[in-house]
Amino acid sequence: MNQTAPSNFGLSPYRRSARLLWIAPTVFLVLILVIPTTSIILRATSLDGFGSVLNNSTVRQALWFTTWQALASTVLTLVVALPATYVLSRFAFTGNRALQALITVPFLLPTVVVGAAFLAVLPSRLHYTATALIIAHAYFNLTVVVRIVGARWEQLHPGIEQVASTLGASRTTVFRTVTLPLLRSAIGTASGVIALFAFTSYGIVRTLGGPARSTIETEIYTRSVLIGDMSGALALSIAQMIVLTAVLWWWASFHRHKTASTQISVEQQLPNTRGQKAMVYGIALATAAVVIAPMTALLWRSISQSTPDTTRFTLAGWRAVTSSTTLSAITTSAQFALCAMVIATVLGLMVALAVAYGSPRFVWLERISVLPLTVSAVTIGLGILITYDTAPYDFRSAWIITPLAHSLIALPLVVRIVLPVVRQIPRSLQSAASTLGATPLQTWLTVDRPLMSRAIGASAALAFAVSIGEFGATSFLTRRGSETLPVTISRLLTRPGDTLRTQAYALCVIIVVISMIAIFLIDMFRPSRKTK
Amino acid sequence: MLALTDITINYEGRTILDSACLSVARGEIVSLVGPSGSGKTTLLRVIAGLEHPSQGTVVIDNKLMTGVPTHKRDVGLVFQDNQLFPHLSVFDNIAYSLRIKRVSKALQIEKVNEMLSLIGMENLAHRDVGQLSGGEAKRIAVARALVADPFILLLDEPLTGLDTELHDRLLDDMGALLRARQTTVVHVTHDHNEAARLSDRVVDVRTLGQSRSQLQ
Repeated sequence: MNQTAPSNFGLSPYRRSARLLWIAPTVFLVLILVIPTTSIILRATSLDGFGSVLNNSTVRQALWFTTWQALASTVLTLVVALPATYVLSRFAFTGNRALQALITVPFLLPTVVVGAAFLAVLPSRLHYTATALIIAHAYFNLTVVVRIVGARWEQLHPGIEQVASTLGASRTTVFRTVTLPLLRSAIGTASGVIALFAFTSYGIVRTLGGPARSTIETEIYTRSVLIGDMSGALALSIAQMIVLTAVLWWWASFHRHKTASTQISVEQQLPNTRGQKAMVYGIALATAAVVIAPMTALLWRSISQSTPDTTRFTLAGWRAVTSSTTLSAITTSAQFALCAMVIATVLGLMVALAVAYGSPRFVWLERISVLPLTVSAVTIGLGILITYDTAPYDFRSAWIITPLAHSLIALPLVVRIVLPVVRQIPRSLQSAASTLGATPLQTWLTVDRPLMSRAIGASAALAFAVSIGEFGATSFLTRRGSETLPVTISRLLTRPGDTLRTQAYALCVIIVVISMIAIFLIDMFRPSRKTK
Repeated sequence: MLALTDITINYEGRTILDSACLSVARGEIVSLVGPSGSGKTTLLRVIAGLEHPSQGTVVIDNKLMTGVPTHKRDVGLVFQDNQLFPHLSVFDNIAYSLRIKRVSKALQIEKVNEMLSLIGMENLAHRDVGQLSGGEAKRIAVARALVADPFILLLDEPLTGLDTELHDRLLDDMGALLRARQTTVVHVTHDHNEAARLSDRVVDVRTLGQSRSQLQ
């Protein structure tokens, strides 16, 4: 036995079986992630015109637009989300929890649906503009600020700000010299996440950006699928990978700096004065309105058609939902999502068990299982498309390829939910079961599994939601007859005709309802903090 | 001087203080004692402007404080848990109020060094506050509150939770420092011995509303 291994690894009754669990997830990651991305890199570097693609003015425009809209989206998200974050983290008021849950909804909605919702809510002069895109990105990312910055803000003891004011600092000075410096690292983290999401945004740009607004992601799609300029697409995805790696590297080094710790706040404050109540409820209601408006607009636009003069109530869109093509899209999406849910949950569980119980050396497995987060969905789709296109490996038309891509995207999320829970299960419980005569399998079934069931449930629901809404990889892999809901919605929205639009909005409403159910399930299954 | 007149505080339908009056002379150290929940900390927070009374007035240095925000009241406050700024060094923590008041850099350095030598911590100026011991952090918190010479210093259970030996040493040091500087102090504690050792006058907060003659 390895002498240097920490003793808690040696004690597990599962160590023998756990040592075999790395095989399936590793094969999966190699086939669906490593080989496809490697083949993008190999093919791109062997291109003659690699440099000339990046010098092309359309491409340079796309790069520039992608960058500035990502920065603008980040700034707007912070401006809209920080007041809500302040109110939610510092004040106890009726509806606090409900508002936090509501703000999470846009983030879990499929990006195509978010794009459609802003087509529905914004006046038509803003359609297909950079402004619309930036607003939609801010909407989608609100919860990133509320979660990351809010967690930090909750921890700041109000006493530290009170001390500053007794020392002569006005309210704005207190914010500038005490609160902001203490929040800086959380704001930095949140900004990094938002900028990354906006930089790799695809579904929102495809629906809301229109043909004139192309980002790197949509340009990859246009070149590889619509124009057939594969070398351009490959060069762009390399550029994308370089930028993402650079950002993630910077981000990791940013996080190495220790953040100043403070005393943990005991409790949230009740809004006391009339002014405070007005501020708290004002900000809370305004934020709720901002979150609800686009979703309400979807519902309204699914049952109405407007001409410049009149608005007419109609159920044509909903009736068209029962047409054979849309019904088949719903069935396909449900099938793919179930499939992806099972694959991602089982593989994620295997990774978690192998890392927690197998051997300390399996840390590499945890690291590579997070890799899909660092590659954009579009790159994953393109990679699979160009890798598995020749016999005997021509799997492009195999239906399973899409759910496999979805599983890859959901896998890191599953691992991040399940692994911490597995790590929290006390080894002494397993030892107790073993000494009472339980075999390793019996121990796992009777001790670990019940303790993990909530985490497994939450990650399964999340994987399902990810798959239902996935658009980036799917738009590359989709085949006629097996279109998913987001692909169908995107197609309907780009075609002329009012009924097609109302039909798209009706499908969006269906997805919103499915996503809400998934969010509710995730919340219900969320591992309670008392698991310890 | 400090004068509190008819201070009434209601909290969630309960009256915590009823028409409390208190006056403190210039340079006097007054200890407020009383069991927990008797409103002594709340009274301190009212003086600092961190809490608004339902009724009554606070006068500091002959100026009525109604409507005056905390940062304009010229008070210093030391919390039980210090609340040092974790993102600032020891030096910058002490210099905070001088910086807010735009005191020149040279004077900042002079005043902070003077405080550091008064509390015997000259060599810790550039230490991260996270690395301080409990006693060191307490001394820094007192120095930070005193450096700009506030009109009145408010001490909220400043020595609660420290071990006996440290408690006694800090109590003596703090008493000597405050008397040497002739600082006006309102000190809140539930420890009668601490109150008697530190202050000129000990007042039970429960008597404040009932017997006004005692408070003159």
